[in-house]
Amino acid sequence: MSQHRYMPQTAEDIEKMLDRCGAASVDDLLADIPAELRMKAPYDLPPEHSEIEVRRFFKRLRDNNEPLVCFAGAGCYDKYTPAVIPSLMSRSEFLTAYTPYQPEISQGTLQYIFEYQSMMCSLTGLDVCNASMYDGATATAEAMMMCVAAARKRNRVLIAETVSPVVRQVVATYARYHKVQLDTVPQTAAGVTDREALSRMLAEGEPVAGVIVASPNYWGILEDFTGLADEVHGAKALLVMNCHAADLAVVRTPADWGADIAVGEAQSLGMPMNYGGPGLGYMCCTKALMRKMPGRIVGATTDAEGRRCFVLTLQAREQHIRREKATSNICSNQGIMTLWAAMYLSVMGEKGLREAAELGYAGAHTLAEQIVETGTAELAYPESPFLNEFVVRLKYAAADDVLLMAQAHGILAGVKVDEDKLLIAVTEMRTQDEIDDLVSIFSFFTEETA
Amino acid sequence: MNREVYGKLIFECSQPGRRAVKLPVNTYGKALESLPVNLLRHAGPDLPEVDEPGLVRHYNNLSTNNFGVDTGFYPLGSCTMKYNPKINEEIAADPVTGGLHPAQPFETVQGALEAYHTLQEFLSEIGGMSEFTLNPYAGAHGELTGLMVIHAYHDANGDTARDKVIVPDSAHGTNPASANVAGYKIVEVKSLPDGTVDVDDLRSKLDNTVAAMMMTNPNTVGMFEKNIPEIARLVHEVGGLMYYDGANLNPMLGVSRPGDMGFDVMHVNLHKSFSTPHGGGGPGSGPVGVRKGLEKFLPNPRVYWNEEHDQYEVTCADADALGRISSWLGNFAVEMRALAYILTLGAEGLAQAGPMATLNANYIKDSLKDLYKLPVPGRCKHEFVFDGLADKSTGVTTLNVAKRLLDFGFHAPTIYFPLLFHESLMIEPTETETRETLDRFIEVMRQIAREAAETPEVVLNAPLTTPIAHPDDTQAALTPKVKYADLQD
Repeated sequence: MSQHRYMPQTAEDIEKMLDRCGAASVDDLLADIPAELRMKAPYDLPPEHSEIEVRRFFKRLRDNNEPLVCFAGAGCYDKYTPAVIPSLMSRSEFLTAYTPYQPEISQGTLQYIFEYQSMMCSLTGLDVCNASMYDGATATAEAMMMCVAAARKRNRVLIAETVSPVVRQVVATYARYHKVQLDTVPQTAAGVTDREALSRMLAEGEPVAGVIVASPNYWGILEDFTGLADEVHGAKALLVMNCHAADLAVVRTPADWGADIAVGEAQSLGMPMNYGGPGLGYMCCTKALMRKMPGRIVGATTDAEGRRCFVLTLQAREQHIRREKATSNICSNQGIMTLWAAMYLSVMGEKGLREAAELGYAGAHTLAEQIVETGTAELAYPESPFLNEFVVRLKYAAADDVLLMAQAHGILAGVKVDEDKLLIAVTEMRTQDEIDDLVSIFSFFTEETA
Repeated sequence: MNREVYGKLIFECSQPGRRAVKLPVNTYGKALESLPVNLLRHAGPDLPEVDEPGLVRHYNNLSTNNFGVDTGFYPLGSCTMKYNPKINEEIAADPVTGGLHPAQPFETVQGALEAYHTLQEFLSEIGGMSEFTLNPYAGAHGELTGLMVIHAYHDANGDTARDKVIVPDSAHGTNPASANVAGYKIVEVKSLPDGTVDVDDLRSKLDNTVAAMMMTNPNTVGMFEKNIPEIARLVHEVGGLMYYDGANLNPMLGVSRPGDMGFDVMHVNLHKSFSTPHGGGGPGSGPVGVRKGLEKFLPNPRVYWNEEHDQYEVTCADADALGRISSWLGNFAVEMRALAYILTLGAEGLAQAGPMATLNANYIKDSLKDLYKLPVPGRCKHEFVFDGLADKSTGVTTLNVAKRLLDFGFHAPTIYFPLLFHESLMIEPTETETRETLDRFIEVMRQIAREAAETPEVVLNAPLTTPIAHPDDTQAALTPKVKYADLQD
């Protein structure tokens, strides 16, 4: 047996330890396992790799990836990561700790979660925030289950068609197994929620426990929810809003719209795209719903000497106490990602967030105008206001044609949302030069080349 | 660890006008004010205003009030707090991978997809399964996904009357919670005094309404469920499927494979057996594996090799799939760490991890069983449970012992779980600890037992040297203060 660098047991150690256990061999310790269940052959896996070889392995993989100038969004955005964040996040006291079960030696974790909760409440305008959502899609599914649990006998939830299809698919999956009736509220030709249809759906059929909408929605459109909360609450249902966390610095808050629960993806808080994960889901709600909220919450208290300190609180809501009565099975918190979010929001501050949002807004509107000016495409929803993401309809080419040519120039032109439609996002990471490059690709696809 | 409390919040480092960021100047000549005013926020969020050096010092100081695996021994039962290798962090922090968007064309992410597919295959080999999805974000998320696989399987068979999941009374709390979220009723099966499943009780609860049975093996007492072939046979006989909760997979590395034990569906916790950092609670990763015949029920999106195109591709269109449980392909950066770990250990190293974890656990157990009550004697696997001190006359509880350990620079074991015993103290050392560390832990545990007998007040008042002590949990729950603004009320 060769000595592996992560396992310190020398032959002498093993001998002495076995002696203490009254065992003749390590195999003796496994003697209770029926022979027919023991592995008969070694794993069919590669041999031990040196660090040099591990680096080589991943270098080969990395060389088979091609980074592109990213104009894609659809829920995952190319955002600026301040250098201090990865540096501080890699502090092993943060990174190698577990859930803060022992508050006496976990004040670091507990305190940053408290900071995170405070900042997310401030962003959404709501009263309480948990620290346990995996991503924006599952957070929305948890909100759906929370609506049903809060409403007791109601088992129907409405979700707007303008919510990201990825989010809707995840919510639908949870609904299918959790036996929730999930109905989709159609969108209008302007790419926003059809309010008349919503009114009808609230009035007819099974009583509704919750309504889920998004802003900016999947098409990047800022929806006008005037009067929506009153109508939803009038039907004794809860209003859930799905928003990307960074946008909340500038758009009207869920609390201001009258939402009971705000959920969404927080990857936009400076987290690398990392081929889709880890990001971070968030969930905030009103004080009235605090005890219905899933996941971990940190609260302030004092210790025996009167010092302010932080603990996991309101745990009676959770699965490890309620077991089979639990309406959520989430048992961890998203620790290090909530630290990431708290540090990002501290680095950026209100002004930095606004400046970043404004760069995205201004870049996106510049790009949209320039694309329209080429005459090769038009805005799919020209009447609807958008923040930093929009849909163009190509007049003479297929979305795939544009994507392919852009790719040849090292650009990810957007996300195909229909045969002739592209969803395009601009963040603070894009430059005017990059915008010009993408516009020149669009300008190639004229009526003549069709 | 700094034993003085740092205690300041970032909000308390704030001064109006300070900044920690500079962004490029907006030269587009456009401003947000062009948007309709009722769609915009009227007052900015209340966030701290700090400078960069001040921010760095704040979070650095905050970290010193935390205890991690790199700080010291962390024998937290069922959590597998093994060493988190640094090379994995280097791999996960790769900026090229960090910049990949999940919607990129397949040909531009072949490296990423190969990595995903390779780890999927490695886990299949380790679990004795046919295929894995890496999409679930955590162990509990894996359980839920696995139960959805089972649900989809029964649905596809038109077997829709199955509405129960059997869970041992010693199970992790997530098992019944996951079953409930997946739409199942929970039936508890009793444990025998040795913590293993009571097969007779199980037999009485099996019928054609049972969708699945969920188990860990070894169980939460650290004992191998010897009757697992019989249990699997009985459950399969009534048409149910066997679900393996991978929380306790670590001791099985190199020893036995869940697929060979008769399990049909399983999850693994990459943050336990495969060394990815717990990160103060997350992000984790809970890949789900299935035996042959169940692959098509795994969730979308799925990574597969397309022969015709000679490349890896991703599909979201599998009609039989249980649905979708994640935005994209799971916590990709966590998956990369686990892949690096498996390569670093290799076939042989991985096969040593299970036995060495078992050796370390038995060594502690056999060194302390005279002073601590061992309710289930015999060879444990990766972990074991004491039912408090052997001497019950001292008034010293498991909670006191746990808190006293903090004074000696150890993290406490898992306490009051499993629920089978009143004073559960669940110890899991993992394979990455030296004999010297275990010896020191044993010495301290023996000292605490002596203190309990001779100077119990020392133990009862512990911890004495931590940054804070005896936080008031009741106050926290009765008057919840869950954000900075609440502190100013």
